Amino acid sequence: MERAEIEAKFTQLLVSELGLDEAKINPEARFEEDLEVDSLGVVELLMALEDEFDVTIPDEEAENLATVRQAVELVVAKLAG
Amino acid sequence: MTNAAITGWGKALPPSVLSNEDLESFMDTSDEWITSRTGIKERRISHVETSDMATIAAHRALAAAGLEPHDVDLIIVATCSPDTLIPSAAAYVQAKLGAKNAGAVDLNAACSGFIYSLVFGANMIRGGTHKRVLVIGAEKLHYYMDFTDRTTSVLFGDGAGAVVLEPTDGDEGLLSSELGMDGDASESLCIPGYGTRGDRVADAPSEVGVRMDGPEVFRRAVTMMGGASVRVVEKAGIAFEAVDILIPHQANQRIIDATARKLKLPSERVFMNIGDYGNTSAATIPIALTEALEQGRIRPGANIVFAAFGGGLSWAAAVLRWGQRTEPLGTSDVDFPPADRTTLELLQPNFDFFGLEPQ
Repeated sequence: MERAEIEAKFTQLLVSELGLDEAKINPEARFEEDLEVDSLGVVELLMALEDEFDVTIPDEEAENLATVRQAVELVVAKLAG
Repeated sequence: MTNAAITGWGKALPPSVLSNEDLESFMDTSDEWITSRTGIKERRISHVETSDMATIAAHRALAAAGLEPHDVDLIIVATCSPDTLIPSAAAYVQAKLGAKNAGAVDLNAACSGFIYSLVFGANMIRGGTHKRVLVIGAEKLHYYMDFTDRTTSVLFGDGAGAVVLEPTDGDEGLLSSELGMDGDASESLCIPGYGTRGDRVADAPSEVGVRMDGPEVFRRAVTMMGGASVRVVEKAGIAFEAVDILIPHQANQRIIDATARKLKLPSERVFMNIGDYGNTSAATIPIALTEALEQGRIRPGANIVFAAFGGGLSWAAAVLRWGQRTEPLGTSDVDFPPADRTTLELLQPNFDFFGLEPQ
């Protein structure tokens, strides 16, 4: 899967699962501060990512995700194996 | 083969209400914060003991089944907040009901306790040793509430619900179940110092309050409740479209929404009353079942999925097919005594022990 495709799917998930405004989503956006996703929302997002991309994200890796770019990078790395 | 069906149901909600606005008056919290994260608007605070609530719910369930207390041969009380450890809450219930022919025992699987007890009770009937089993979920959780911890103290409430199980040779009854435990993760939801492990001299009050890693519990709850719900439906041999209603443990609206998504159920087939009572642990499901019946949301022959998750970390799920009767045979006039104190006066012992109180 291409990076652009992953980014597009990720944006879709943020809109469909968390109800975010697509206009606010950019690579540098921070989940808690900029997108107002609360701690449970981050968990919901991780579970949606696991389902959508068929990857496993352990808690210790999930703890460090603060921005959209970091989350996309993690998925890209997971898919690259 | 003889199965076990629910023939009576009842709930007991204490009259004193603690709203999110009430909490705002003495905690750094807000209605918006609590509602958006949990779906809870208010909860009940009991002025009587766990066994009193359990007994009221039991009287109502027996009346709905057209039975008398002496007809009952087993009482199982699911609770993690019994009046005393010895005797069990079930012992008080047996005495208060006057159920002189019944054995009685408490079962602690925290928030999964009602489904565990339902499955145990049903299998006693299937095994042929018991005929009329009273299964009660009852909790007085406010006893444990440390209002200096705003992440846990807003979540829980008091209440009780009860069902009567009887044998049937029809199509109705318990179709499938799963009882699970992830004991390795027990520290993520616990009351660490309440029990022999605690140091009763040196421990700080916070050691006997609820401790929870919210996001961790949330993630596991969604995974286990959703997964177990899917597995019990498959085990029951029914199609997902044949599920009439999900009656989940009421811990968090977002956990319930996620569980419903795993079953692909639309919201009109999911029962939710968390806004009114918060998390009453083992009592949420029998209270919710009773309200679903009161609201006409259980039709004859309905396939019901129960699912729960809680301290342990325990989980449980079951599929139960309802019988033909959705109306109670009778009603009981047993009720709570009037509350002799205000809600905040009922919480004064918590403020005295843990700290924080209304300004």
